[in-house]
Amino acid sequence: MIELKGIGRTFQVGTEAVHALQAVDLTVRDGEYLSVMGPSGSGKSTLLNIIGLLDHPDSGVYRLDDVNATGLNDTQQAAVRRHKIGFVFQFFHLVPRLTAAENVELPLILAGVDPDERKKRLSQALEALGIADRARHRPDQLSGGQRQRVAIARATIMRPGIILADEPTGNLDRTSGNDVLDILEDLNNEGKILIMVTHDPELGRRAKRQILMLDGRIGSDSGKSA
Amino acid sequence: MKTFDVLRFSFRAATGYPARTLLTLLAMAIGVGAVILLTALGEGARRYVTREFTSLGTHLLIAIPGRSETTGGPPPMLGETPRDLTLEDALALKRSSAIRRVAPVAIGSAPVAWQQREREATIMGSTAEMFDIRQLSMAQGRFLPAGNPSRGSAVCVLGYKIKSELFGNSSPLGEWVRIGGRRFRVIGVMAAKGQSLGLDMGDIAIIPVASAQMLFNTSSLFRILIQAGGREAVPRAKKAILQIIQDRHEGEDDLTVITQDALLKTFDRIFNALTLTVGGIAAISLAVAGILIMNVMMISVSQRKTEIGLLKAIGSPRSQILRLFLSESAVLSLIGSFLGVVLALVGTWASLRFYPNFPVTIPWWALTAATVVGLLTGLVFGVLPARRAAGLEPVEALSRR
Repeated sequence: MIELKGIGRTFQVGTEAVHALQAVDLTVRDGEYLSVMGPSGSGKSTLLNIIGLLDHPDSGVYRLDDVNATGLNDTQQAAVRRHKIGFVFQFFHLVPRLTAAENVELPLILAGVDPDERKKRLSQALEALGIADRARHRPDQLSGGQRQRVAIARATIMRPGIILADEPTGNLDRTSGNDVLDILEDLNNEGKILIMVTHDPELGRRAKRQILMLDGRIGSDSGKSA
Repeated sequence: MKTFDVLRFSFRAATGYPARTLLTLLAMAIGVGAVILLTALGEGARRYVTREFTSLGTHLLIAIPGRSETTGGPPPMLGETPRDLTLEDALALKRSSAIRRVAPVAIGSAPVAWQQREREATIMGSTAEMFDIRQLSMAQGRFLPAGNPSRGSAVCVLGYKIKSELFGNSSPLGEWVRIGGRRFRVIGVMAAKGQSLGLDMGDIAIIPVASAQMLFNTSSLFRILIQAGGREAVPRAKKAILQIIQDRHEGEDDLTVITQDALLKTFDRIFNALTLTVGGIAAISLAVAGILIMNVMMISVSQRKTEIGLLKAIGSPRSQILRLFLSESAVLSLIGSFLGVVLALVGTWASLRFYPNFPVTIPWWALTAATVVGLLTGLVFGVLPARRAAGLEPVEALSRR
């Protein structure tokens, strides 16, 4: 359960203050599927980053599963990111020197999971995303769709309840983009919250609940759940 | 995160960029290698000099008549007349338990002649114990026989140079030579030893001390060579010599005793200072290597910004990023130090092969110190880049592609 109350975020660009978010209220219940759309600079990515605890709001309160996430320190926030949130990025952000399997395993290693357990979960994840035969390849030997599958496997290997996707298909062709979206929607069907930022209205319409951002505010929310 | 995984991650990160890693390792290896090798050279020089000195004879003390004041200060009000050292003085020294051997030395110059050939030479009068004290060795025959030192027999031992000048290639053993008008039978020839303590050992003839005193018509000794019972007995021996001679000279302190150890210690100090200086100079190259590591890690941090952002996104707290980057520079410097040690070992091996007489030795402390310092250098110079990595804002780091 995600609850944002009066979230504001201001960036200093030169001497000018840019209000990326202004008094945003948003509640997302477990298992929801949201798409966040809007023109560039409307604050969609900033919103996603704040939900993902990658960025800190200047004002307002963010409660995640009834915990005040804005009040946590660096280590606690890192733990929340590790266990509750999975990120999928437009540019995949795979570590180039590591193989696909090693990239997927990375969160488990950082979390200090036992090697035996790691191996088990790794093979499950690779199997589930159909990239088991690509496990030993490096990112530059993989196609875009395969790379994003590796990234999704990495995002889900810690079994988080929330998947945050920032333009997950932005760098993919139509076919593999649809594949990736299918995978993400499957994750949502398993009960995970899926929040996807996109500027493609066609993709955005696939979400059960659509949010339109305008100038740092929520312009419209199709499933306003008050 | 498990320590093993931290190390493995750092190792993979290092091998992921082979060119920069190799260059860093090279710099580190040269730095550490230089420190070890140069200290080894210094240590080698010290041992070389020490060895040369011990070849003069071990635990040697030299008693010289007269007082040589080296402390400065005003001259004594009452004139001191140094007494001569006599053979009896020398023999009296044997009473001390700290003294193992005593060799009185009387010296003079006289012509040595055999048949028609004659030559001026230094004549040294001494006893059988001279042989062991100066660690002499014989080429032919034997040294002066042991016996009552106050009775002079008519035998002599020749230096190798005199022998070849008087006798050529024929054997002198059993022949009679004239030294200063007296006849002496040649019983031995000394092996070539070269110069020691300013006396050319090839250019002298050694006769019993009593004979020398008779020959030069004197009862005094040039000096007394004393061998102490051991290295730790040297100070005791020195005290005993001064005491015994003072007692025999009616309480007058008119003797100078030089110890070989004092000389050696001075050289020891000089060479230790030299080793430290040279090691210090080499340490500069180690510092340069450290700065290079810092430089490389800085570049690494900016190259891997997105990776750092990603690590944060998938749940690395600041402290973990710090640990990862620190351990990477630690791994780099550790491997570099190891290569440096190998480099130094190869260097000393080569040096020993080409200059076997010069004992280049790696002191164990230099080995440990250089490795530890190498590792510390890596860690210290790794702190800044690691902190920079840890402080990156994930959003900013991930915005790059």
